[in-house]
Amino acid sequence: MNDWGDDSIPPILFREYHNLLTVFLQFLFSGLTVGAVYALVGIGFNITYNATSIINLAQGEFVVIGGLMMWFFYISLKLPFFVSVALTIFTAGVVGLLMERLTIKPLKNPDLLLMIMITIAVSIVLRGILMFSFGKEPYVYPAFTEGEPLNISGAIIQQQALWVVGITGFCIVLLFLFFKKTMMGKAMLACAVNPTAAKLVGINVSQMVMLSFILSAIVGAIGGMAITPISLMEYDKGPMLAVKGFCAAIMGGLGSNRGAVLGGFIIGVLESMTAGYLHSGSKDAVALVILLMILFFKPSGLFVSKTMLQLRKF
Amino acid sequence: MKKEDVLSLLVLVLLFVLFPLLSNSSYTLTIGIFAGINSLVAIGLCILMGYAGQVSLGQAGFYGIGAYVSSILSLHAGLPVILSAVCGMIVAAFAAVILAVPALRLKGHYLAVATLGFGEIIYIILNEWGPGGPSGFGDIPHVSVLGYTLVSTEEYFYLIWVLVTAVMFFSINLIKSRTGRALRAIHDSELACNAMGLNVTAIKIKVFILSAVYASLAGSLYAHYVTFISPSSFSLFYSILVLMMVIVGGITNLWGAIIGAVVITVLPELLRKFEELDVLVYGLILTLTLMFFRKGLVPLIAEKLKKFRGPAVAEH
Repeated sequence: MNDWGDDSIPPILFREYHNLLTVFLQFLFSGLTVGAVYALVGIGFNITYNATSIINLAQGEFVVIGGLMMWFFYISLKLPFFVSVALTIFTAGVVGLLMERLTIKPLKNPDLLLMIMITIAVSIVLRGILMFSFGKEPYVYPAFTEGEPLNISGAIIQQQALWVVGITGFCIVLLFLFFKKTMMGKAMLACAVNPTAAKLVGINVSQMVMLSFILSAIVGAIGGMAITPISLMEYDKGPMLAVKGFCAAIMGGLGSNRGAVLGGFIIGVLESMTAGYLHSGSKDAVALVILLMILFFKPSGLFVSKTMLQLRKF
Repeated sequence: MKKEDVLSLLVLVLLFVLFPLLSNSSYTLTIGIFAGINSLVAIGLCILMGYAGQVSLGQAGFYGIGAYVSSILSLHAGLPVILSAVCGMIVAAFAAVILAVPALRLKGHYLAVATLGFGEIIYIILNEWGPGGPSGFGDIPHVSVLGYTLVSTEEYFYLIWVLVTAVMFFSINLIKSRTGRALRAIHDSELACNAMGLNVTAIKIKVFILSAVYASLAGSLYAHYVTFISPSSFSLFYSILVLMMVIVGGITNLWGAIIGAVVITVLPELLRKFEELDVLVYGLILTLTLMFFRKGLVPLIAEKLKKFRGPAVAEH
């Protein structure tokens, strides 16, 4: 006989174990959800980096543009859902295009320092425009589909979370097909490998650079559209998103989309575990500490082959 | 020191001595004080970027370390302000070493993002564990020298600009020294420097520490002048502002840092009526400067002056 009056497993202990699992799963799922968005931002970095060797530090602003413009079309103008999505993607594409044509292209033989600073400057301009037009308050709109959330041994998964992960997966597959199967995608890759040789075989390099900015803006905006119903969106979320997306990208080795996806999920999960188990305020610090650790000890990324390494400069 | 630099320093002293006499409103003096504080941070970043060719997006972190360490020590441990400010600089120097040793092996984008990450980590620490959390704390003692406590705006104005002049004097000498020549050589070709037997890494780390110490000093001055601090003054936005001061002023000239700091500090006051648009205007100025006046204001002014003197003057 024990304290509980019989010899069976005390139910309270089982329930506690069950709760532990539930809580763990809950953190895992929310981590995977935000991780998907970091992955998209990371992929955005990769697309421009691959075509131009520029790290576009305005990448986070594209995500914010996605969320806020979707709110504008969908809630403020009350347009139908798919029209709003299309218009948001279009807007983001135009922003990417304008950014490249107005600030990147006119630069004559720029050095790296200038490139870094100009993308920061553009991100401030975008942030200024967003603040002026949307103000400082957070925005939200309903999830894409209504319905009961899923329940996996007590852990709740909102339907929107499935949308976020699904859309991320869809984007990755599309991009993969684009770079492997289409002429344009292959041309972009060629520009990345050797711009001069690409020019010699008749590829319009300047057009490909422009395309890479449009594409990365769209990828970012899609992430923003998907995550806003869960985590809200405000004008100044860009820099943090950019840092975490960059962290995802370098964790997987800059330029590798598969790596960025893996990196994004890892950062998302670690972040959500820290927030849940340790201290909610240090959640953002986690990604930053990981970022510094990787930069300091393995800037080539964690999942990169040796041959890839030889092609990269740090 | 060249004749031009001595002359410029004299002009600087003359300007700041006369300024409070010409304008007696405490509003303009306060702006003058902030311009001075920002100049200190900008001079440090200017040496780092313009002379050593290293980017830093984390100056707000060192600025915040100076402000917080100095305030906490003087408020809670009862240390004299000067001593606590020195402690702030020591802590900032340590932080700079810890960051610089691994970070300076990185280049370009990687270094920019690493320093940005460092600044944000400091910001998060201040927010979560700093006294008062995100809302900050007050009652920070004023600066006192030999039992005399500075209170009035004018006294602070003079103190800060005397320090700016001193830091400028020291920095110009540094740039003209052997170390300064080594710095410029590093900027041109690290490989060649290594081949000539220069310890490139050691020099870069020293400059990094120097820029952190300047920023920390500025942070202490800020905290003891305003007597109230909160983490929001030490966010990424401040790092970007400092970057902008250096760029707008002209990255290749130390005087550019001061001119940039003054311009960028005064500008928002002039743009007051566009309250909501200030971020946008900042961004546009930075973008346009980068695109069209890549070298900043100082070379532009110097060119105009040269033309004014006549085309016959050729320096090289």
